[in-house]
Amino acid sequence: MDRFVFLTVDGLSRGAVYAAFALALVLIWRAARVVNFAQGAMAVAAAYVAYTVSTTTGSYWLGFVVAIVAGLLLGALVDRVVMRHVDHASPLNPVIVALGLVLLIQAVLGMVYGNEFRPAEAPFSRSALTVGGVAVLSPYDLFVFATIGVVVSGLAWLFARTPVGLRMRAAAFAPEVSRLLGVNVGGMLTLGWALASGVGALAAMLVMPTELGLHPHAMDLVFVSAFTAAVVGGLDSPPGAVVGGLVVGLLLSYVSGYAGSDLTPLAVLVLLLAVLLVRPGGLFAPVAARRV
Amino acid sequence: MSATRAALPPKRRPVEADDRPVDRRFHSTLLRHLAVVLAAGLLLVAVSYAIEPFRNFQLATVAAYLCATAGLTVLTGLNGQLSLGHGALMATGAYTVALCQNAFADRGMSGGWLLPLSLGAAIVSTVAVGAVVGVAAARLRGPYLAGVTLAVAIVVPALAVTFDGVFNGEQGLSVPVEPPPLSLGPYFPYERWQLWLTGAATLLALLLLANLIRSRYGRSFRAVRDDEVAARLAGIHVARTQVLAFVVSAATAGLGGALLAVLAQSVSPGAFSLTLSLFLLMAVVIGGLGRLTGALWGAVLLVALPDLTHSVTELFTLSPAVAQRLEGNLPLAIFGLTLIVVMIAAPGGIQGLLSRLGRRLRARRS
Repeated sequence: MDRFVFLTVDGLSRGAVYAAFALALVLIWRAARVVNFAQGAMAVAAAYVAYTVSTTTGSYWLGFVVAIVAGLLLGALVDRVVMRHVDHASPLNPVIVALGLVLLIQAVLGMVYGNEFRPAEAPFSRSALTVGGVAVLSPYDLFVFATIGVVVSGLAWLFARTPVGLRMRAAAFAPEVSRLLGVNVGGMLTLGWALASGVGALAAMLVMPTELGLHPHAMDLVFVSAFTAAVVGGLDSPPGAVVGGLVVGLLLSYVSGYAGSDLTPLAVLVLLLAVLLVRPGGLFAPVAARRV
Repeated sequence: MSATRAALPPKRRPVEADDRPVDRRFHSTLLRHLAVVLAAGLLLVAVSYAIEPFRNFQLATVAAYLCATAGLTVLTGLNGQLSLGHGALMATGAYTVALCQNAFADRGMSGGWLLPLSLGAAIVSTVAVGAVVGVAAARLRGPYLAGVTLAVAIVVPALAVTFDGVFNGEQGLSVPVEPPPLSLGPYFPYERWQLWLTGAATLLALLLLANLIRSRYGRSFRAVRDDEVAARLAGIHVARTQVLAFVVSAATAGLGGALLAVLAQSVSPGAFSLTLSLFLLMAVVIGGLGRLTGALWGAVLLVALPDLTHSVTELFTLSPAVAQRLEGNLPLAIFGLTLIVVMIAAPGGIQGLLSRLGRRLRARRS
């Protein structure tokens, strides 16, 4: 029972990070109809920038803030310099370009920092507090939950309650009409990319201390897990991404706890295939008319 | 509707070589392809005597990669399905060959027919894996398919570590390969023999692929890519066509992986990482999607570019640490950058540029 509680809390904490990362994927998908396969590499790049800042200044929090800013800038840059110029007539094209970005970013990181693991420090203790003799939550888990909670509710508030959020939704939903009504559609798209990339960078900062450490490929499996989370919830649904993230986090935690951590990649693949074959629109998809 | 349109610009597509009126004497497609393959084979044999052993080995590696890239270009370029999992399919073929060759060696069997048997087994096992992935893939579109195949690419190498009793973990397996037959003479260079082996297997695979592309099936592939609804109205079974394309592509990828294993005489999960899958995709896109000649350019790039960057970095005096970092990563960076530039500026790739150049020259002459 102790073990079950521990695995559940651990899974929820991991799942919260996947949820944030999946949310970043959903943001870009809704804004630009692109699944950003470079999201993981971009987030790792931001985390490396934070690593440099943290090790030179000695302040974790300065690095944390810098990571998010770097994420925002990188997202805007990728949209303005690369994605804006890709022919979107075929859905393959942006995917291929994003994969080119993955190669490029990982190679540049490898050239600058080398292909070895760098330690990623956690700002709070990762040893669990015990409540009534049962190990439950670590301070770091609390930090993760709080941060993700703030980010998710902040994004919800942004999209539902602010004029900027309304413009972003309009630009994604009906670009031509919005442009006629005076919405800066291109600017909104860039903002969407920047936001998504910033959230991705934040997720990378949160997940790094729980993984082996910083490495150019550190986010590969996290990306696949987060993509699975986004698909479980439906690529079009932000609440779905959050629920999907928690589901994937719990599943991975149980599998690695009860069956062995080697099997977690396989579990992700099986879940992804199962969802796509049984309910391709995700658990939260509205019933769609059947395509001919 | 445009959900499966391939990366080639659909409008204003140049008249494909297939549609040009053919010279009467070469009316049979099979004969024409046979002639080309025979000529290529003779050229390869001649070249193998002219160049040094290391270049022979490199050329053999190009041939092995060509197998995989040709299959991938048929799948992605002609059928519009994106696969990031071909590195994993190559791993399947490579591990099958390793297991077969080891089993033969353990039983003390020897003979020239064993290697083709192992290669055949590699193709069969990859076809089985490809069929499973292909059935799932036929129901998926665009980014979903990319996501699933990406997961396959990450999971399959990890399986080698999970089941290390069979696959020997990160260490991998060695692949015992017999020396060239004695009838070729006692001093026959091993690398030349490797080039002959892989060259023959690859040319055979290319011949089959070229005929498939020009057959009814090839036309169905393209019809499904361009417009699924129209293809269905024309009586094409879309899902079956997509699974067939995936299986064919998997078979060639498996053969390519098996040949690589035979060349390196070992297999390990590190050789079949996600990066390899991305490399293959990059190679076919830069070479020119949907064309076998494009696959050739891509395979050449895969071998030549790391070699080239190595010689360039050697020109500068760098500290060993810096040199080591550049060594592995500079080719990757160049690949990635080229891929982005090609996708934005020249979606037809190298072969697209070449055929455009050729057309312009012909137009000027006439």
